[in-house]
Amino acid sequence: MTTTALRPNEAGLRTDGRLERLRLFGLSSPAMLLILVILVIPVGWLFYVSFIGANGEFSLENYERMIKRKSYVRIFITTFQVSVLTTGLCILIGYPLAYFMSQLPNRLANLCLITVLLPFWTSLLVRTYAWLVLLQKQGLVNQWAMNLGLWDEPLKIVHNMTGTLIGMVHIMLPFLILPVYGAMKAIDRDYLKAASNLGANPRTAFWTVFFPLTTPGLFAGSLMVFILCLGFFVTPAVLGGGKVIMVSMKIVSNIELFVNWGAASAMGVVLLIMTLVILWIASRFLRLDQITSGGH
Amino acid sequence: MTTQATEALPISVSNVTKTYGPVHALDDVSLEVKSGEFLTLLGPSGSGKTTLLMVLAGFTRPDCGSLKFGDDEVIRKPPHLRDVGMTFQSYALFPHMTVAGNVGYPLRLRKRPKAEIAERVERALETVQLGGYGDRRIDQLSGGQKQRVAVARAIVFEPRILLMDEPLSALDKKLRDQMQIELRHLHEQLGMTTVYVTHDQREALTMSDRIAVVNHGRIMQLSTPRDLYERPANRFVADFIGESTFLPVKRAGTDVHYGDTALRYSGDLPDTPDLQLMIRPERVLLSDTGPVEGANNFTATASDVVYQGDSFLLHARLQDGQQIVMRGAVRGDRATSLPHVGDTVTLTMAPEDTVLIDGREV
Repeated sequence: MTTTALRPNEAGLRTDGRLERLRLFGLSSPAMLLILVILVIPVGWLFYVSFIGANGEFSLENYERMIKRKSYVRIFITTFQVSVLTTGLCILIGYPLAYFMSQLPNRLANLCLITVLLPFWTSLLVRTYAWLVLLQKQGLVNQWAMNLGLWDEPLKIVHNMTGTLIGMVHIMLPFLILPVYGAMKAIDRDYLKAASNLGANPRTAFWTVFFPLTTPGLFAGSLMVFILCLGFFVTPAVLGGGKVIMVSMKIVSNIELFVNWGAASAMGVVLLIMTLVILWIASRFLRLDQITSGGH
Repeated sequence: MTTQATEALPISVSNVTKTYGPVHALDDVSLEVKSGEFLTLLGPSGSGKTTLLMVLAGFTRPDCGSLKFGDDEVIRKPPHLRDVGMTFQSYALFPHMTVAGNVGYPLRLRKRPKAEIAERVERALETVQLGGYGDRRIDQLSGGQKQRVAVARAIVFEPRILLMDEPLSALDKKLRDQMQIELRHLHEQLGMTTVYVTHDQREALTMSDRIAVVNHGRIMQLSTPRDLYERPANRFVADFIGESTFLPVKRAGTDVHYGDTALRYSGDLPDTPDLQLMIRPERVLLSDTGPVEGANNFTATASDVVYQGDSFLLHARLQDGQQIVMRGAVRGDRATSLPHVGDTVTLTMAPEDTVLIDGREV
């Protein structure tokens, strides 16, 4: 009986460990159940419906249509176009803004951050319609520009791609700024001092040290914006004026106009798979990036 | 090629002032660093020593002053054109580059050919005993290795001046002691003018040719380690370097009295209304045979005795209530006969060790 003498409370401690795991599982089970009910089951159902043809039997016609019909191909191209352009514009506007904020003293930076987040407090729909009011022919932007003599005729800056992009960039910008700002704030200022001390002029120091250290944040932000854009509905629907048709809008019209659940589901499935593929590719890049950046 | 001693440059700082609002971070500082010298800026935190280093590196713009490297006025030169090596307290190694990427960075900026960069990087890494570590990532290195890489990066482009901002403060004591010796050897080998910032007085005494003690944005004293320890210019320096106790003394002409006892002293008498006797614990001897002829003798009562292995500390109260502290070696014959609390002891101090200082906190 030497073993029990040398290993006191062994059985009790093992039971405690088991109970703790059980309790952890018990506590998280409601959330897991919720995810099952509101996510896994509907998506599964979506898959199922997408393979049901017009006659109610198993068929691939919903997918065939997407390949055969030019209009569908165009919709996917438009979706990508809008997403890429929005992401690009967000980077061009958001990165310098995040950089500016990161250089401000903390109190001012926080104020700026609140201003960046302020739009989140109003509804997406309200903000989108606000842009409609601002950008239309008799809108504020055109009126002021003409009064200032910037252009003579009212420009067509809404109900087209331009208007869509303006609205989407405005709505997506915070999603890019936040992670980029976070990455910038995390950079030790000594890195830039060191670069400068070793002979880098401010521009070189920025491109060889500062920018590479912000790429993980920039990458994360861009990815988030891009993926959100892929499935965006309200803004292109209101500001695109029917000229910018994205996947989500086609899904809606398939259901509302044609009551074709199969076609709508198939588009949803394709969108979902495309998003997952992009995420998968991105995750490979992210890991690559971590190897070269020393896990920063 | 072997690592050659680079031609060093003297540094001349004159009348440099830097204020932050009402605070003088640097108050009219002037300082000459000789070519090839290892000079340490020593002071408590907030004393201005780091500010002075940042002025030398070009990261802090002073209100006024002149700074010369050799004959060149550089006070308005931006940091990237100053061509001085520097190590940072945080090491500031770029996490997105390998060891070789970091060390080669200054050479790439100077557009050296690839082969030359590879060779000089390896040579610099060998100098800091990290040969073959070029491909490592920064986060794979230990603290001591990071420190060495930081040094390699600072010397690889053979700057003629090297600045070091508390380079060893993040290391544990054993490694720190070892790195102190290594940095000292490195300095002897490379011969560049080195300005070293630390708040650790022992580190300063170990490494420096000369030490500048900084406080309240001013240089209190600039001397060799030995002079600094044995002839501190004022109470602040005496207090900051080593442990000491101080006794107020009275002066009459060239005679100095503690109470009724005339003191035999050495060195000059500082011109001050507040003259004090500085007592270094290890310079006081415990006499078993009563007062010693030719020395300064104090009779005191032991109030505390602390055994510390290699030595013992004796706190003793003089007859007028003043406390002094002495440190004695513990030897076989002494170990059993350490004084006990309450014993009356005779403490003696040789005239050479009796130093009088300006008691003002200047």
